Formats: sequence, C-alpha cells, structure tokens
Amino acid sequence: MTSNPAIAANTRPWRDPAAKPFISIRNVTKRFGDFTAVNDVSLDIYRGELFCLLGGSGCGKSTLLRMLAGFETPTEGKILIDGVDLAGTPPDRRPTNMMFQSYALFPHMSVEKNVAYGLLREGKSKAEAFAHAAEMLKLVQLEKFARRKPHQLSGGQRQRVALARALAKQPKVLLLDEPLGALDKKLREETQFELIRIQETLGVTFIVVTHDQDEAMTLATRIGVMTEGVIEQVGEPREIYETPKSRFVADFIGSVNLFEGRVGPAAPDLMRVETEDLGPVVAPPVAGLTQGQTVWLAMRPERAWLTRERPAESVNCVPGVVQDMGYVGHMSSYMVKLETGRLVRVTQANEGRRDNPISWDENVHVSFEPADFRVLTE
Amino acid sequence: MSGASEPRRAGLPLRILALGLAGLGGAVAVSFLTLSATSALLLSVLVAGGVLYFLFSRFMGWSDRWMVIAVPLLWLGIFFLVPFFVLGRISLSETMIARPPYSPLWETDAQGNVEIIASLQNYWFILGDALYRNAYLSSIRIAAVSTVFALLLGYPIAYYIARSPEPRRSFLLLLVVLPFWTSFLLRVYAWIGFLRRDGVINNILTWLGVIDEPLVMMQTDFAVYIGIVYTYLPFMILPLYANLVKLDGALLEAASDLGASPMVTFFTVTLPLSLPGVIAGSMLVFIPAIGEYVIPALLGGPDTLMIGRTLWDEFFSARDWPVASAVAIIMLILVVIPMMWLQSVQNRQEDRP
Repeated sequence: MTSNPAIAANTRPWRDPAAKPFISIRNVTKRFGDFTAVNDVSLDIYRGELFCLLGGSGCGKSTLLRMLAGFETPTEGKILIDGVDLAGTPPDRRPTNMMFQSYALFPHMSVEKNVAYGLLREGKSKAEAFAHAAEMLKLVQLEKFARRKPHQLSGGQRQRVALARALAKQPKVLLLDEPLGALDKKLREETQFELIRIQETLGVTFIVVTHDQDEAMTLATRIGVMTEGVIEQVGEPREIYETPKSRFVADFIGSVNLFEGRVGPAAPDLMRVETEDLGPVVAPPVAGLTQGQTVWLAMRPERAWLTRERPAESVNCVPGVVQDMGYVGHMSSYMVKLETGRLVRVTQANEGRRDNPISWDENVHVSFEPADFRVLTE
Repeated sequence: MSGASEPRRAGLPLRILALGLAGLGGAVAVSFLTLSATSALLLSVLVAGGVLYFLFSRFMGWSDRWMVIAVPLLWLGIFFLVPFFVLGRISLSETMIARPPYSPLWETDAQGNVEIIASLQNYWFILGDALYRNAYLSSIRIAAVSTVFALLLGYPIAYYIARSPEPRRSFLLLLVVLPFWTSFLLRVYAWIGFLRRDGVINNILTWLGVIDEPLVMMQTDFAVYIGIVYTYLPFMILPLYANLVKLDGALLEAASDLGASPMVTFFTVTLPLSLPGVIAGSMLVFIPAIGEYVIPALLGGPDTLMIGRTLWDEFFSARDWPVASAVAIIMLILVVIPMMWLQSVQNRQEDRP
C-alpha cells in the first residue's frame, strides 16, 4: 500500500501536527446500565484514511462504530465529522454509511434494488438510481448478478453487494463492521487488497472494525487497539508491532514472549535487566527508569536466534531444550523449554534447504540482540 | 454406512403403533357404515390404502417415513375425508320423508339390476337461487371486511409485542391468548351486554352526554364485525408475531443508514418481509369467519345473511339434507380455492431463505 513513496507521504497526515482531523471523537463514553462499553475515548481520524479499530470481542469497538453511524447515542462526549457535531442527527441524515457484519442485505430485493435503495431514498429518479447502482456493481465486479436475489449469491459476492450498497450514496465516511469476518481465509486475503483498491479509487475515509490482527495490519493506514472500552494505542501497523506501548498491545498484535524483570545498575547506552527466566540480560536503555523498578521485556519469536552451540559473540543467551516444533513451510516454530521451566516461542525462517534442522529434544541456545527487546512498564 | 439397517430396527415398534391406529381407524370407519352406505366404499379405500401401505413398506422401504405422516393422514382421512364424501353423496340425492331424509344412492330392481340414482339438481338449484348467492357473497364480504380490520388492529399489536424486551413480551403474549381460557360463547354473550340498547357503551355515552338517543348496535352487521374481529384477533396476532419476531434488526438499521425514515423503512422492508405472516393470519381469520354461525346468530340481525346460518336453517328447519349438503360443499370449494392460491403465494415466498 505504501509502495509509492510520494503517495505514502501524502497519506500520512497524522504525522503533520498542523493537519486538521476529518473525524473527531472527543471524550466519548457509552454506558449500558452499569456496564461501560466505551470509556472516555478521544480519537482523530484524517480524510482518506483506512483506520482499523482492533480488539477482542466486547472491547467496545463495535459500540464506537455504531455511535459514529448514529445507532447508539454517546452517554458523554461528542463526535464531529468534517467539523459538524453529529449529536441528535439520526442515522438516515448522517454523512456515513455502514457495511454490516451480517451484510443486512434486503432478502426480498434483487442485487440492483439493494444497491439502488439508498439512492432512491435520496429522491433520485429510478433511471438515475439504477444507472448509478450499475456503476457501483461494476466497481465490485458484480454487474452480471444485478438481477439475482441475495440468497442466490455466494458469501463473497454478498459481501461485495453490501460494499456496493454502502458506497452507492458516496458517504464521507464508510463504516465497516468486520467486513471480511464471514469469508474463508483465501477469499479474505484477496478481498483485503480489493478493499484497499476500492478505497484508494474512491478516496472515501474507511473505518474498519475487526478482531483479526492480520486483517488490521494489511488494511490499515493506522490501527487503534482497543480493550475494555479504552484505546490502548494508536499508530501505523509497523509502530504498533515494533514499539507496542503496553503488554496488552504487544501480546495482542502478533505473538510475543514477555519476561518480567527488574532494572539493574545503569550503564552507558544500554540497560541491564535482572530476569528470573533469562538471568541478567542487556536491553536498550529507556529514559526515566529507576534501579529496581519492575519492567517487562517483550520479544518477538522471529527475532530470537536458535543455535546448537553457544554463539561466541552473543550478549544475551540462554540454554534450553526443544520441547515442540512445527514446520510451516517458510518457517519453523519452536517451543523451547528454559532451565526455569519457562517456555519460549521462537520462529526460524527456513531460508535454505538445511540438511540438519534443529528438531525435537535437542539442547539449544536462544540468543537475542539487545535491540530486539522492547522494554514495557505498563 | 449402518444407516440403511437402522431405520428397520426402529420401525418395529412404530409398525405396531400404526397397526393399532389402523385398527382404531377401521372401527371408526365401521361406525360410519351405520350412517351411510357410501362408507362401505370408503372402508374399502382404507383397506386398499392399508394394502398399498404394506406393499410399499415391504418392498420400497418407505415404512418409517410413512409412519410419521400416517397419524395426520389417518386423522384427516377419518375426520375430514370420510365426512366430506358422506356430504358429497347426500348432496347428490333427493330429499325424502324417511330416515335418513334422503333417497338412497342405488336401487336394486326385481331382476337384480343395480341402478345408481344421483343428480346435480341441488347444485343447479342453489346456483340459480338469489338467496344462496347473496348468502355466499355476504359471507365473503363480512369475512373479508373482518379480516381487514383484524389485520389493521393485529399488525401493530404483533409488531409491538415482537419489539418488546423479553419479560414484557411473554406477558403480552399471555394476554393475547388469555381470552381462550373462557368459553367462546360466553365472550360473545358478553358483547351483547356491551352493545345492546341499554348496554354498557350506550349507558356511558349517554352519561357523558355524547348522545341523547341510544345507538342501535345490536343486530347489525357492525355488531357481527365486532364479534368476528374480537374473536379471531389472536389468530391474526400470533402468526404475525411469529413472523415479525424473526425480522433481523440489522435490516432496519441498514434501511435507516441508507436514508430511509422509519415510515419508509416500514413500507419497504418490514411490511414486504412480513407478508407470509400477513397471509397466514388473514387465512386463519378469513376461513373460519366465512362459515361463522354463532356470532351472526347472536349479534347479527335478521338482515345479516351468512352462509353458516343458511346451512343451519336448511338442515334443521327445512330438513332438506341434500340441499344443505350441496350448500356446504360449494362453501368448501369457495374457501379452498383462495386458500390454495394463497398457499402457493406463500410457498413462492418461502423459497427464499
């Protein structure tokens, strides 16, 4: 998506402090009785973004989306789109359209009638509405299915009808609730890029709710990771993956090994951390930490290095036994049991046809570069 | 797969059950024999059916599926088909002063020749007589008007119940079926107390000063409409409710999201999708209302002409069983044809998931 650097620069308005946000969510809270679904969330989204709200079920991401669509009213706070406060505006008068998780296609209407539905409500003439619907169907490559009923379509085709219907009214913002959730893996991967293509063609701002981190990483210009009604971290996919702010984010995005430890005596350009599982290790320095403070070291499985012999120059190295391994083709995944009994997940790329790959029950050494640790305090 | 042998093992107790039911059916059929000679024919049909059933179950392996529909088939056969044929047979005969009061279907002369006596004269008589024609038309009109009112009243009620949160929904459904706990006849009599000249409604309106003269409500078509709508309203509400409660709320949100006001959403999404419920409810009200006897007899006036009453008069006052039977058969056909048409519409609807 960011293959063209010129475009990439233009499509990162959040890096420009002077940029004006298109959608402003300000201190929004939503309570259902005693339950707080969304807790004091503030978020700015820029024009043309493909923003992903990522989180587990019940984290409040769908409630936030439904408040944008107007199906729920915020208990506190306000939402502005293009500078207009949307409080009190019913869903049928908002500049947003929604693509529902269940697609919510009208079962008694043909595909073209479904797509034309919103246009007819705008007061467009029948001829005009159906002509525009035909265009939308062309965009999602379904022009041949205009006369079919939704139940005569496959899941993937239904998904595209739902997308065409939501886009037909040319909304300022398109809200997508788990848009690819009902598709199988292969179709999901194809459709992800299809979604990006359509989004870039139309330049509409997309807000996608998903629980699937791969989907969020592939689609998003930026990701907002949500848990328990709060946005934990907002950032570009790389930022979220490489520099997670908290243990929750580190654990939620990709897989991670977390080690608890205490900050040791300070040294120039590096920091010593005493951990139970790894012993004393060297990590990148973090400002503002005091000696003896509890921290967590997050380490991605693909950053560790697995060898039979202890590498001579390695700074951080622990011995262990391979308890389990899985061969996935392009890489192998190992569970290494350390002397403390702690299991560490390590993945190794299968680059060449190694004759003698490390296998079950072998004694190995796990080494890490200091820079591959991310020190977390939350 | 062992699936092929399993149904046979399960079939044995079912077969014993079916034999018992067939025996019961036979006994009922024999009791019909004493009523009419035609029943002999029907008994042979039943016996032939039994033999066919045996052959199919023995050689085609149909046994277990047949078992499931055998009970309703038998029920319909005994309590609908047999009486229907008895009626059909009587409608083809002539009235006679005898016991039973109609001519036999066949006569055997001295040489032993069997002569079948049957004629369609009763049907021609009915179709040619304005009294019967008007009775049919007025029955259809009264039933249709009542159905429309029951729909207009029942739809919002069903919609409200379907949209209610759970504890309230069960309570409201209970209220809908509550009237069934008292006798239908009593409830119709209760309406007399409301509608008559010095009844509850007239008294209240006079006391409020809205009217000077009591309104004439009893013994009018108006009272009949009230009686029918009141009595059959639950039959409209329940199928509508069953349909509306299934309606996916996301569809309503989608319509609203696409710019439809609540009113437009109702007419473009809710109403078309609830059509099967509308048809089912309307059928359940319209069909029994056409043949309604008690309500027009108690609440209607001398002008209220309904086919149920004509039928009663023909059977019990005129004692003309053949004409009465023909009236009943024609009514049945009048009801069955729209019912079959609606059923086919509904089937087409249900082709969609």
